[in-house]
Amino acid sequence: MRAATDLSAEQIEELGRRLDAIRDRVLAERGASDAEYIRGVIRTQRALEVGGRAVLFAGALPPAWIAGTAMLSIAKILENMEIGHNVMHGQWDWMRDPKIHSSAWEWDNVSSSAEWKHSHNYLHHTYTNVVGKDRDVGYGILRLSEEQKWNPYYLGNPLYNFLLSLFFEYGVALHDLEVEKLVAGEKPWSRVWQQIKSIGRKTGRQILKDYVAFPALAGPFFLPVLAGNVTANLVRNVWSHAVIFCGHFPAGAVQFTEEQLADESRGEWYVRQLLGSANLDGGRYFHLMTGQLSFQIEHHLFPDLPSNRYAEIAPEVRALCAEYGLEYTTGPLWKQYLQVLGTINRLALPNGRR
Amino acid sequence: MFRRAPAAPGRRRGLLAAVHAVGALTSPLLPEDFLTLVDPLWSTTSLRGRVVARRRETGRAVSVAIEPGRAWAGHRAGQYVGLAVEVDGVRHRRTYSLSSPEGAEHLTVTVQEVPDGVVSTRLVRNLPIGTIVELDQAAGEFTLPDPLPEKLLFVTAGSGITPVMAMLRTLDRAAAMPDVVLVHAARSPEDTIFAGELTALAARHPSLRVVLRHSGVTGRLDPGGVDRTVPDRADRAVYACGPAGLLDALDEAWDGVRVERFRPAGRASVEGTGGVVELGGTRVEVEPGRSLLDAGEAAGKLMPSGCRMGICFGCVLPLREGRVRDLRTGEEHGEPGDLVQTCVNSACGPARIDLP
Repeated sequence: MRAATDLSAEQIEELGRRLDAIRDRVLAERGASDAEYIRGVIRTQRALEVGGRAVLFAGALPPAWIAGTAMLSIAKILENMEIGHNVMHGQWDWMRDPKIHSSAWEWDNVSSSAEWKHSHNYLHHTYTNVVGKDRDVGYGILRLSEEQKWNPYYLGNPLYNFLLSLFFEYGVALHDLEVEKLVAGEKPWSRVWQQIKSIGRKTGRQILKDYVAFPALAGPFFLPVLAGNVTANLVRNVWSHAVIFCGHFPAGAVQFTEEQLADESRGEWYVRQLLGSANLDGGRYFHLMTGQLSFQIEHHLFPDLPSNRYAEIAPEVRALCAEYGLEYTTGPLWKQYLQVLGTINRLALPNGRR
Repeated sequence: MFRRAPAAPGRRRGLLAAVHAVGALTSPLLPEDFLTLVDPLWSTTSLRGRVVARRRETGRAVSVAIEPGRAWAGHRAGQYVGLAVEVDGVRHRRTYSLSSPEGAEHLTVTVQEVPDGVVSTRLVRNLPIGTIVELDQAAGEFTLPDPLPEKLLFVTAGSGITPVMAMLRTLDRAAAMPDVVLVHAARSPEDTIFAGELTALAARHPSLRVVLRHSGVTGRLDPGGVDRTVPDRADRAVYACGPAGLLDALDEAWDGVRVERFRPAGRASVEGTGGVVELGGTRVEVEPGRSLLDAGEAAGKLMPSGCRMGICFGCVLPLREGRVRDLRTGEEHGEPGDLVQTCVNSACGPARIDLP
């Protein structure tokens, strides 16, 4: 780890203590207004979902179709990003509300919450950006690091990324399977079969709801409602793919090797989270729509702090980075996304070094 | 978090099918997650109530009237209810005796402020009308038998009057007051909950004798004092509720006393060893003398709970490894697979406990 920075071991530990202090302060401040925040987001999301589906029933009229599809798309994005992702991180467990608790939450996504908590909360957040350990590096499909050995399959990198973006929720679900472990004999078939059944069940429910039941309820307007629901799922997929890929792969975000992971201290873990993540600039509603993953750096430092607090601690984290000479990667979405696409295109070819 | 619906015949099966069909439209949420946006009491999976009134009983006690959701099954006088309220965004569960009579439209709990009591302070000082609380069904064995004993004696102290008040109010409504003596002790006249109503009840029912004592003036209530006040005590069915010291003394002095305890006996005197307990996959530090339930809740875990005093067994969880210490007795116990009451047990070195 020290290889990635000029900091001494003492400086890294001191930085770790200062970050712990930020965390402790937020933990001590959590209260009624935070609880009201997440309840408000949940109410808004549900109202948008009910409203969007209702308006879509008049979807034969183009303005109604556009409005209904937009409302449903926003509802699905909020449900996955600001609510589902963050609830399953345990950010709201302190409220002890059984309805908003990581152990009870299930989200509108074909990856089941239990599988996702393992592959995301555990694997990705522990081994962030460690090539070969963090399966978010390329989702097992793409080449996103020079450390990944090139082969002709990767000529399709840009195409795979385009398809992954459209079908992102399926990509996430299949990435839970860790097929390469199966091939290597590290994972039994019975476990994979159990996961496939779980994905199948959740996929079945989503198809039944969005592509059969609601269109059927609309009777003569079956097709507009079906098209609206398909579009909303696509919009959610493309948006969350863009936000999530901008979290770790724009220029500036660092990748690590398994050797750097050995004997990592708490302070070094913090530094790896800092250097491996990238933020997005934007306004309040933009941050909300990214599930506050526009504060990817703060989220990776403190994955279980309530998401509404990231905006408030971001300036402090940024100031600490400046003080210790660590890069705090941030930029507008379009710029970061172009950088990600550039990397994906470059790495389609045998070692295009930067 | 998933309960299998019992097999239902005929029409109910049709209804269940309809609920499943609607469930397909709301998956992965439940239909009620949307319905409760309109009215929180419409929940079918959790019982809730709405606070409709608060009445100050003394300087440190209030009665809170709650309109329960339709799933409320009613209560018997003397029973208690588990309720969860939110304080600073965090849900806290407590158990209180019901003071309302059987069959009343609204249920009431009468709560006396406990020093540093998170929930009692909230209920007594600033619980807004309209607040939604989570409820459990009423439970508890501290109830009058049917048929009623001919002669009754209630011995109560402090907020121990509340379950007995539910009994007296029920008897009053049924106009069936047998020969009853109530000996009740409070710190002072100002601290006597229901003083006016008790006096009025006694005036209305010649068969009810109310003896109010003030421990600040006459000292603590003890079995001898009650015997002097109630010469035919031995002929009466005795029900007692109040602090552990009083109940222990009555239990020791007399036979066949029915008691309702508010706090586990001897809890404060026990020092456990404490330890790190793995609760449903999370490592939780349990300080000596602190219950597993308290420690787990403080760590954000969703713990089943009930009376929080070791009587209702609503909090039991399977111990997988290690041993625990009973805070009431100081005794170390537990084998893998044992169901332990998390509200009255602390850690005794490392242990592992499963969550449902």
